[in-house]
Amino acid sequence: MTLETKGLSYDYVGWPVLQDIDLEVEKGEILGILGKNGCGKTTLLKNLNKNVSPKSGKVLLDGDDLEEITKRDIARKVAVVPQTNEVHFSFTVRDIVSMGRMPFQGLMGGMSNSDVELVDKALERVGLTSYADRHINVMSGGERQRVIIARALAQTPQILLMDEPTLHLDINMQFDVLDLVRDLSRNDGLTVVIVSHDLGMVARYCDRVLLVKDHRVFALGTPQDVLTPENMESVFGVDAELVYDEKAGENTVLLHGSSRSKE
Amino acid sequence: MSGTKGLRSWRFVLVLIVIIALTLCCVFLDLSWVSEKISYSLQEVIDALMGRGTWSSTIIVRNINAPRVVIGIFVGSGLAVAGAAMQAVFKNPLASPYILGLSSGASLGAAVSMLFAIPFIPVAIVTPVLAFITCFATMFLVYMMARTGGVVKTETLILSGVAVSSLLTALVSFLTFISGERLEGIVFWSMGNLGNADWGEIAFSAPIIFVSSLLLITQAKSLNVLMLGDAHAMDLGVDVRKTRLFILVLTTIVVAAAVSFVGVIGFIGLVIPHILRILLGPDNRVIMPVSMIAGSCFILICDYLSHVIAPYYGVLPIGVVTSLVGAPLFIYLLIRRKKEVGWN
Repeated sequence: MTLETKGLSYDYVGWPVLQDIDLEVEKGEILGILGKNGCGKTTLLKNLNKNVSPKSGKVLLDGDDLEEITKRDIARKVAVVPQTNEVHFSFTVRDIVSMGRMPFQGLMGGMSNSDVELVDKALERVGLTSYADRHINVMSGGERQRVIIARALAQTPQILLMDEPTLHLDINMQFDVLDLVRDLSRNDGLTVVIVSHDLGMVARYCDRVLLVKDHRVFALGTPQDVLTPENMESVFGVDAELVYDEKAGENTVLLHGSSRSKE
Repeated sequence: MSGTKGLRSWRFVLVLIVIIALTLCCVFLDLSWVSEKISYSLQEVIDALMGRGTWSSTIIVRNINAPRVVIGIFVGSGLAVAGAAMQAVFKNPLASPYILGLSSGASLGAAVSMLFAIPFIPVAIVTPVLAFITCFATMFLVYMMARTGGVVKTETLILSGVAVSSLLTALVSFLTFISGERLEGIVFWSMGNLGNADWGEIAFSAPIIFVSSLLLITQAKSLNVLMLGDAHAMDLGVDVRKTRLFILVLTTIVVAAAVSFVGVIGFIGLVIPHILRILLGPDNRVIMPVSMIAGSCFILICDYLSHVIAPYYGVLPIGVVTSLVGAPLFIYLLIRRKKEVGWN
């Protein structure tokens, strides 16, 4: 399933947040979105599943304008892993992951057997099977993050939007989650859009990178083409370079420091 | 996995049985009440209800006690289920059906109706009508105030609710102050009174409360997701703006239909869903229907208590008793269950 934006602009009470974004994400592709705080990354993600609607331009899901599709139909194809927040109600992990099946159920409908299977599988994939009965409100940020990832998987999406998916995770878990995402995109044709701050992770896992600066597309292309020392200095103010890690067989980004310290 | 599930369903049955038994008990006690020294037996109550009772038992049971019990059942169930809905919409276990200032809105309507008599129409009719209207106007005002850039954020709704509510409360206080004795009624009205409703009023408000409550329950699944946050709900395909507006309107209908006839009754909408969540977990598909029964149960217990302690203070307004019983219960829960209510 493909995702496309055409001249997408968004503003919040008069303040421009996104200007004229043109973007195409292919089926099975992993796209990373990078940019400084407040550049509009998260808002771009919210536009991609009609959490907010663009002020001008449009978002196309397999060629269909999102504005013409109901929220429910979008949720059947697009799952989201938002930034984590506190939950004040004692839902169990299983309760939350089961909510991923909601777009497929009736108003009061319960879980079918296949729904339960999908939930079990999702729990297993993020290593939460033994946590199924734990209460979400007493879990750590990283654990909650994995619960929400499991919920998104239970939603059996064709497109997965992730906002800082590795932010609260332990280092090993960061790799596990993104390995899983890559596996899903390679083998099941899952299209993935990841908003991140982590240059190294984006260089390693993303097929293409969108660099956002001042609410506009600054660069779009492969990690090698986009994450050049010049671009990274210009957007993030860091002295950094993308290198190939022989041992891992993956790209990574070496951060030498703030570009101010170089002067 | 099946462990908690099994435990939950076992608990569910037990809690349900206890609540229903308690409710039936209270219905009987409330119907049988004559005075602190006398109450009817079960047989006498049934006879009176069936029209076979004595002259006095028929009057007391059918004309005095029964309307109070019936309106209590509907008001209690409506307020409790509306409270559950508001706590979910506002993601806050401390929210109540009055969170948007609906009670102060209704109070202003009631106060105005008592102060400015309309010729040829008795106050008994004008008060509920005006309270109903101002209740709705308040919700509308709060909702419109919370709009920024075409978007209504849940947090902004709470703030505008608090602001509008304090303004309306101030207006009621002002009216009470300048009118002196003429507004004594508003003080009693704002404490709640089940005894005022007659069968005609019950026939009007009970179906409204009941149908709106059932419609609220149809939103239970969306409310579950809303409890995680508006963004989560949108991501899972819920049209948050529409759903929230639908729930706010239904809650306003429930509160308006309840409050207009019996005055402001506090703590039911706050405490009942909260206690049930501790006992049965947070799933609104369970909490909301059970809230309806438990709300009725709670209000009847309080009504009975208000009669039991009558020899000492006179029959207390029901709202005073629900607060006297509900507040300590609530404080206890807060202290015992800090984590669940978000007091970290």
